[in-house]
Amino acid sequence: MILSTSLNSSSYSFFDKLKAVDYFLILIVAIIGSISVVSIYSTESGNFSFYTKNHLTRFLVFFSMFLVLSFVRVSVWYRQAYIFYILGILLLLLVIFFGISASGSKRWINFFIMNLQPSELMKIAIIVCFARYYHRIQSSDIQSYKYLLQPIILLLIPCYLVITQPDLGTAILIAGSGLAIIWLAGLNLKYFVYSGLILLVSLPFAISFLKPYQKSRILTFFNPDRDPLGAGYQIIQSKIAIGSGGFLGKGFLQGTQSYLEFLPEKHTDFIFTLFSEEFGFVGSMVLILLYALLIYRIIRIGFSSRSFFAKLYCFGFASGLFLYIFVNIAMVLGLLPIVGAPLPIMSYGGSSMLSIMLGLSIVMSCKIYSRDPISN
Amino acid sequence: MIKKTGNLNKNKIISRRLFVLVAAKIGLLGIVTSRLYNLQISEKQKYEVLSDKNRIREWKTPPQRGIITDYFNNVIADNQRVYQVHLSLEEVSNFNNSIFKLKNIISLKEDEIKKIYEKKEKSNPWDTLIISENLSWKEFSKLNLYLHELDGAKPVLSTSRYYPYSNDLVHVVGYVGDATTQDIQNKKKIEENFVPGLKVGKIGIENSKDTDLIGNHGTKRYEVNASGKKISEISYNKETQGENLRTTIDLEIQQLAQELLKNKAGSICVMDIYTGEVITMASSPTYDPNKFTHGISTKDWNEIKNNKLRPLLNKSLAGLYSPGSTIKPLVALAALEYGIIDKKFKVNCKGHDHPYELYGERYHCWKKNGHGLMSMRNAIKQSCDIYFYEVARLLGVDKLSLIAKRYGLGSKVLEDFFSEEKKGIVPSTKWKIQVLEQSWYLGETVITGIGQGYIQTTPLQLCLMTAQLANGGFKIKPKLIYDKEIDLDKIKSKIESEKNKSVSQNILKDHEFKHYERLYRNPNNLKLVLDAMYGSTNEQFGTSFRSRHKEDKYKFAGKTGTSQVKRITDQDRELDLDLEEIEYKSRDHALFIAFAPYDKPRYSLSVLIEHGGSGSKAAAPLANKLIKKILDRHELREKIRKDLKNIA
Repeated sequence: MILSTSLNSSSYSFFDKLKAVDYFLILIVAIIGSISVVSIYSTESGNFSFYTKNHLTRFLVFFSMFLVLSFVRVSVWYRQAYIFYILGILLLLLVIFFGISASGSKRWINFFIMNLQPSELMKIAIIVCFARYYHRIQSSDIQSYKYLLQPIILLLIPCYLVITQPDLGTAILIAGSGLAIIWLAGLNLKYFVYSGLILLVSLPFAISFLKPYQKSRILTFFNPDRDPLGAGYQIIQSKIAIGSGGFLGKGFLQGTQSYLEFLPEKHTDFIFTLFSEEFGFVGSMVLILLYALLIYRIIRIGFSSRSFFAKLYCFGFASGLFLYIFVNIAMVLGLLPIVGAPLPIMSYGGSSMLSIMLGLSIVMSCKIYSRDPISN
Repeated sequence: MIKKTGNLNKNKIISRRLFVLVAAKIGLLGIVTSRLYNLQISEKQKYEVLSDKNRIREWKTPPQRGIITDYFNNVIADNQRVYQVHLSLEEVSNFNNSIFKLKNIISLKEDEIKKIYEKKEKSNPWDTLIISENLSWKEFSKLNLYLHELDGAKPVLSTSRYYPYSNDLVHVVGYVGDATTQDIQNKKKIEENFVPGLKVGKIGIENSKDTDLIGNHGTKRYEVNASGKKISEISYNKETQGENLRTTIDLEIQQLAQELLKNKAGSICVMDIYTGEVITMASSPTYDPNKFTHGISTKDWNEIKNNKLRPLLNKSLAGLYSPGSTIKPLVALAALEYGIIDKKFKVNCKGHDHPYELYGERYHCWKKNGHGLMSMRNAIKQSCDIYFYEVARLLGVDKLSLIAKRYGLGSKVLEDFFSEEKKGIVPSTKWKIQVLEQSWYLGETVITGIGQGYIQTTPLQLCLMTAQLANGGFKIKPKLIYDKEIDLDKIKSKIESEKNKSVSQNILKDHEFKHYERLYRNPNNLKLVLDAMYGSTNEQFGTSFRSRHKEDKYKFAGKTGTSQVKRITDQDRELDLDLEEIEYKSRDHALFIAFAPYDKPRYSLSVLIEHGGSGSKAAAPLANKLIKKILDRHELREKIRKDLKNIA
């Protein structure tokens, strides 16, 4: 359906499009992808089995998807933005009724080939949706209450649905990337200051609504030794793993914390910990640098785009991506409470991989069709 | 057009806003980087230690006890191979089930199972529990047969203490048992090397020399995973065996002594009068130390504890007895040294009709018809009480006490080597005021002169006293563990040089003597006393004449003693009952001290038979057999001494 509408590409020859592709960005993604496969391989103590196979397959499939979808015209994404958002909301509603539960939360829908986590898709949908929303609004109108309230409602709906799953981490990431776009669109600074203050004041009340395990996670964040074998275990073990990695790391497949199973969730949220234990400070910095380069490339694409939608999307996605990466790494380093946020591309998990690749393909589309001056 | 400017404006805003966001991102990235730096570079060591603490777990392996031998290298405390079954708790899926299965295979008793559960309560989940310490071969092979059904159970070949001469040496060597909390607290060495099931010395040498004997535990370091499962062995620091100890005991003489004491309660001590080496320290009755190694059963324990002859009491050094007449040579020596009497001093012993009288109190000699006019030599030889009543009265208890202490009474012979050793009592006027808060009566001096009254000694003290008389009056250092520093030739030459020293003015005053220092004023006094002891054994009318050796090389000198358990009444004296007619508990203790060979003294001994009757009938005959054995083994002992010296 989407592909058919993109056939109308009169002003771009196939060669032009190939020339316009940001190969450097593709290279970075491929490198991070390779590192992720190697890391997952290490979580299985160097056995090419279940997780590694799955992760490799997913990466290859979604990487290919990224390359193919890059050629979808950016105007198509623009036009389908609200549909994408509504689809996301529908899927989130579907989770409530047909979702699969795991470890106390209901986040997934079984799609036979994979268990889809709609909240992950929502991360991209909200960026696309807001990019379109602000694309058509005059800068003078942005500060009006009408245009202030509408995006807030658009943002609150998915956040609420995700929080009730419950999945605080993803909700925060959705909210964070949404707010980033609102900020980029030019909403007055005072609104951010006010809402920040309101949030601060209402924080104690908000905490009272949290689930006991969420509360304990937050309390544990401030003092991990409060419950070293329970809630504090993950963060203590993660810090031990990273710290003991040292400057050069313990070496590939030598991460004792992970292969002796002291490290929890090592495939998913704590994949950075494993990587950092085995490859040390140097490895960690290389990985962070790769992510920084990726974000830089995305911002660069945004700058070179003619349309406001493309700019807003690229900057928004770059900010979102940064947020995902920062929250994950800060979390495993003990700088933020453990909220459950995967590290883009690195973490095991199909939905996360899907949404990141999808987001990247829209970025690439912005690059290939950078001359498109999207209009209503 | 309006739209265009709007867009331009928006583009400007977005660039500015992006700039702010990028700046924020760089700031956050800086935080992450500094945190990584902090964890991985600044605090690396701390986290490395924590990581190792996570992954490495140590298991201690038990040390092996050192072996104890007698002087001739006969092993008297050995390590024996035992079959055990251990249960590795981390591998056990259902503890109750495992115990139930084991119970059927190796026949565990109810109280044993109770103990196992108690032990389990105190264990860590990764600990290994010793289910049975000493399985029979039959049980062990049965266990191996059913091993596949018993998860976590491990048949283990281990070693445990074994005493090959079971009963013969228990009062010397002692025994081992499980370390108690108190043992662990008291001895640092035990605390450092503690492993579950560690055996520590409870009494005897095993206890005194525990620190040397225990050895060092080994350490096995394993890499473990988060659930505590062993993944691989990282290192194994092997355990070491404790020091091997050579005692000064002669196993054969010890065994003979125990044999002689069989079915009696008593003690036999033998000592080298120069080196102070304790050659035999027998105490009877005895018990089997092997029973304690794996925990003694209540039945066996009660049997030992309730035995009227008190096998648990080490009579050689913890049994206190009045020395009786064995003190007489010392009383005579004291009187000679202080110049109270000379060898011509005589006292008339006129029998029970004319007892010794002091302030209306009457003191009898043991001989009904009296000894007649007694000189010092005869009084010792025939053990006349009347003579010593008079000598003691003239001497005074304080001078007697001073000389008695000087020759080894009233203090621990082996110092603090045995915790149970007793000091005994050598009374003096000062002692009575301090301890009993009463003033001294002259009558008490009189009976102290024949070794009765307050005076209390251990058989080992009497042996030491005899040794220090027999070696010519030199202080020696008794010991039970072979010490290569103590050299016979050096001791002898030191003694020789001491002999020629001029006597200090203070020799008769109370003062500390160093080892091998001379204890006497005039050597002739000692000679007189020793000669009298010779007469006592080798001349007619001597109290131990019947126990003498006729052959020159076995000739010895001794002194009998009969220690009253209760006061002899006039009625008793009238009845003059035979030993068998008196109730066991009321019979006198029989004592005998001796040194041999007479012409070149080398060994001293003391014999004590509780409630044995008279010293001359019950104690002295044992010395006869013992001395023959001691002297027969002399050459062999000297050969070993030379060999050991050459090795050193």
